[in-house]
Amino acid sequence: MTAAAFSLDGEDVPFRPGETVLQAAKRAGRYIPHLCWHPEFRAHGSCRICTVKVNGRAGAACTVQAAAGQEVESNTEELNAHRKTLLQMLFVEGNHFCPSCEKSGNCLLQATAYEMNMEGPHFEEFYPDRPVDASHPDILLDFNRCILCELCVRASHEVDGKDIFAIAGHGMGTHLVINSESGRLVDTDMALTDRAASICPVGVILPKRRGFVIPIGERRYDVNTVAEPKHQEAS
Amino acid sequence: MASVLTAADRLAGFQRQAVAEVLQRHDHDPHALVQILREAQEQQGWLPRTLLAFIARELRLTLAHVEGVAGFYRFFHTRPVGQYRVLFSNNITDRMLGAQLLMDDLCLRLGVRPGEVRADNRVSVAHCSCTGLCDQGPALLVNHRHVITRLDAERVARIADLIEAQTPVGDWPAQWFRVVDNVQRADVLLGTPQQPGAAIAAALARGAEALLDEIKRSNLRGRGGAGFATGLKWELCRNAPGSAHYVVCNADEGEPGTFKDRVLLTRHADMMFEGMTIAALAVGARRGLVYLRGEYRYLLEPLHAVLQRRREQHLLGSAIQGQAGFDFDIDIHVGAGAYVCGEESALIESLEGKRGTPRIRPPFPVEQGYLDQPTTVNNVETYCAATHIAIHGAAWWSGIGTPKSTGTKIHSVSGDCDRPGIYEYPFGTRIGRILEDCGARDTQAVQIGGPSGVCVSAFEFGRRIAFEDVPTAGAFMVFDRSRDMFKVVRNFAHFFAHESCGFCTPCRVGTALVVKRLDKLAAGRGSRHDIDVLFELDKLMHTATHCGLGGAACNPLRDTIVKFRPAYEQHLKSLYFEPGFDLDAELSVARKMTGRDDAAAHLETAP
Repeated sequence: MTAAAFSLDGEDVPFRPGETVLQAAKRAGRYIPHLCWHPEFRAHGSCRICTVKVNGRAGAACTVQAAAGQEVESNTEELNAHRKTLLQMLFVEGNHFCPSCEKSGNCLLQATAYEMNMEGPHFEEFYPDRPVDASHPDILLDFNRCILCELCVRASHEVDGKDIFAIAGHGMGTHLVINSESGRLVDTDMALTDRAASICPVGVILPKRRGFVIPIGERRYDVNTVAEPKHQEAS
Repeated sequence: MASVLTAADRLAGFQRQAVAEVLQRHDHDPHALVQILREAQEQQGWLPRTLLAFIARELRLTLAHVEGVAGFYRFFHTRPVGQYRVLFSNNITDRMLGAQLLMDDLCLRLGVRPGEVRADNRVSVAHCSCTGLCDQGPALLVNHRHVITRLDAERVARIADLIEAQTPVGDWPAQWFRVVDNVQRADVLLGTPQQPGAAIAAALARGAEALLDEIKRSNLRGRGGAGFATGLKWELCRNAPGSAHYVVCNADEGEPGTFKDRVLLTRHADMMFEGMTIAALAVGARRGLVYLRGEYRYLLEPLHAVLQRRREQHLLGSAIQGQAGFDFDIDIHVGAGAYVCGEESALIESLEGKRGTPRIRPPFPVEQGYLDQPTTVNNVETYCAATHIAIHGAAWWSGIGTPKSTGTKIHSVSGDCDRPGIYEYPFGTRIGRILEDCGARDTQAVQIGGPSGVCVSAFEFGRRIAFEDVPTAGAFMVFDRSRDMFKVVRNFAHFFAHESCGFCTPCRVGTALVVKRLDKLAAGRGSRHDIDVLFELDKLMHTATHCGLGGAACNPLRDTIVKFRPAYEQHLKSLYFEPGFDLDAELSVARKMTGRDDAAAHLETAP
C-alpha cells in the first residue's frame, strides 16, 4: 500500500497521520515560507506567511491537517504576493533597520523577505516607540524587531519551564512583556543557555558581547537561502 | 461593605481584604481571572501593578500572564483613570446623532482632553465601540456600569455639573438611565407569550433525542451571523466524548448597530435561559454559561434575579421539573470590552480567564470547547427560537420563512428613519419592506449585519433577508442621501482597528493600514493609488487572517468602493500619487535655517 499523500504545487507529498501540511512538506524537503512555525513547537498560526490554498480554500499550512488527495497550492504568484505584503506589514509595524542590526544575515524575517523578492517597505512606517531592555548581564532585548511569533513565550514555557515571556496589549499595541515585578529581564532567572535565548527568529533576544563575531558576508543567509531544509527556521 | 484603607493598603495602592474576598468568591480559580479582574476593578477603580501581582500570586499565575490578560480588554485599566470614566459610544449611528459635538462640549466644560485623565484625577472622557443603544442614541457609559441614552446639549451640561459637584452616579437623574425596548414589530418570537417552564415541559415530554430531532427538522440556523445548523451543532456536541458538556450563550452582542439581544435579555430572559436549559437536555450538560458583553453590565443584577427565581421554580438546579438526573445551572460571565470575543473560540478563551484570542480550529468547540470539553455556543436569539420549536414543533417553525432560512429574524433598526427599534420579520422579507415600516425616506444605503455584513444600495432594496440572499446577524443601519458613505466606512475601519485582537499579522497591521489610508483620504491627500492599495489590503485580509474579524474588516470598504465610488473620488487630490505628508511644509525647516522664503524656496512656486 502506498503512503497517503497530498499534492503540493503538483508534486506528491507523503504524510503521516496527524501531520499538518507544513510538517509533511518540511519532512519532504519542500519549502513553504513561514516565520512563527518551528518543528519543535506546536503550531501558532499568527504570522500567516505560510498561507496556502487547500482545494482552493486559503488556510495556514501550519494549522491545516494534511489529508489524502488534497490539492495544495503554495508557490504561486498570488500567494507569494500575499507573503510579500505580509512581510512588508511586519517591517513597517516595527523598527527594522537591517544595516545596523546585529541579526542581519542571520535573520529569518530578512531572509524570507529576500526570498519573496521584497524590495522595499511599500507601506508607510509606523515607527513605534519601544525602549530596549539592556538590564540583563548577558542578554539584550530589543523589542523594536518583535514580530509577535511567541516562539520565546513557547520555548520558555514548554522547554525551560520558566514562563519568562508573555503577550500583553491588543491590536497594534500588542507587545511582549517580561515576567518580573519590575518588568525587566534582569529580575528573572533567564540564562543564555535557555532555549528561549536562542529561538528568536529576528533580532529581539540577543546575546551580549558577541556582536559581529561572524562578519557580515559570512553569516547564515549570506551563504545559504532560507528555502534550504536546514535553514528554514531559527536555530 | 466598609472599605477601610490600612497602611499596607496605602502602600500597595489597593484594598487587600476586599480583593481577597473577590478571590475567595471565585474559589481562587485561575479560569475566573477575567471576572476577578473585573470585580477587583469595580472596587478599586483601576488595576495597579501591585494588585495584578497580588492576584497572580494568589492564583498561582505569572504576573506577566495576568498583565497580558488585563491589557487585552478595553475596559480594564492598568493606568490610573478618573473617578468618573465617561465613554461615548462611537458607532456611526451615535455620530450621526451628534455624539462627537456633545463629547467635544463635555470635554470643554470639564477642561479635559479626550482620552486623558484630568490633572485632579476627577474625570476621563473617551470613546468606546458601539454600546448597543443605537435606537436611543447618542449614548454613553459611565464607570463601565451605567448607560445614559438620548444625550443632548442640556444633559451634557448637567453631567458636567454633577461631575464637578462629585455627585455619585447613582444619584444622577434616574430617567437618564432608562433604556426603552422600542419593539416596533413583533412576530412569533417577540409576540407569543410563553409560560416559564413550558418549553422544558414540552422538551421533557418529547425526550432528549426526540427534541434534538425536532430542532434538526426545524432547520433552525444560528442567529449570530454564520448560520450553522443548530440541531447539527447540538448533535455533534452531544456525541463528542468528554468528562462534561457545556452550554454557552453568546450574549456578546458587539457588532455595531446590533441591539436585539439587549431587548431579548431585558424582556425575554426567561426564554433565553429556557432555551439553554433544553439545549442542556439535548447535549447532556450540567452547566451553562452566559457571556454578557461588558457594555450590558447594567443587566447583570436583573438577570441574576431571573436565574434565582427560576431556581426557586425548579426550572434550574437539580431534578428540574422533578425529572431525576436532569441537573443544570447557569452562571453569567461579564465581558470587558472586546468585540473579538463574539467569535466563539475567543469567547471560550475569555470564559477560561485568558486573552480573547481566537483558537486554531479544528478542533471546534463542539468537540473541545470550554475547558477542552464539548461545548455548544449559540446566540441569544437562537436559544429563544429553540424554545418555540420545543413547544410548537418543527413543522410549524419551518412553515415560516424560506426553505433554507426557516422562522423569523429580529432586526435592530437604527440610523435615518422615523421609528428606530426592534423589528421581527419572517425570513424572506424584502429590505424595502423594512425601510417602509421604519419610516425611512430617501434612503441611500443600508448596512445589514453591521460593519462585517453587507452594504446594500438603493437598487438592491428588492433583495430579501435570508441566508440565500442577504444574511444578517441583526443590524440594520439606514443612511439617507445626505450622508457621506466615505465617513461611514472610515468609522467602521477605525472600529476594526480598535477591536483587532493583535494576534495575526494581516488583521493587526492591515486594519491599522486601512485606517491610515482612509485618514489620508479624509485629509484631502488621497490619490487613485491609495484606492488601489485599499483593494490590495482587502484581498489579502480576506485570504490570510486567522479569524473572521480580519476577514470581514474590509467588507464595507469593498462594498462602498464598488457601489459609492464618487464618495471616495471627492476625497482624491490627484489621480496618480500623493504622499501622506505635505512636501512643501517639510521644507519649512530648511527655509528657516537658510533664512529664505522666496518663490524658489517653495515647491509650488519653484521655477
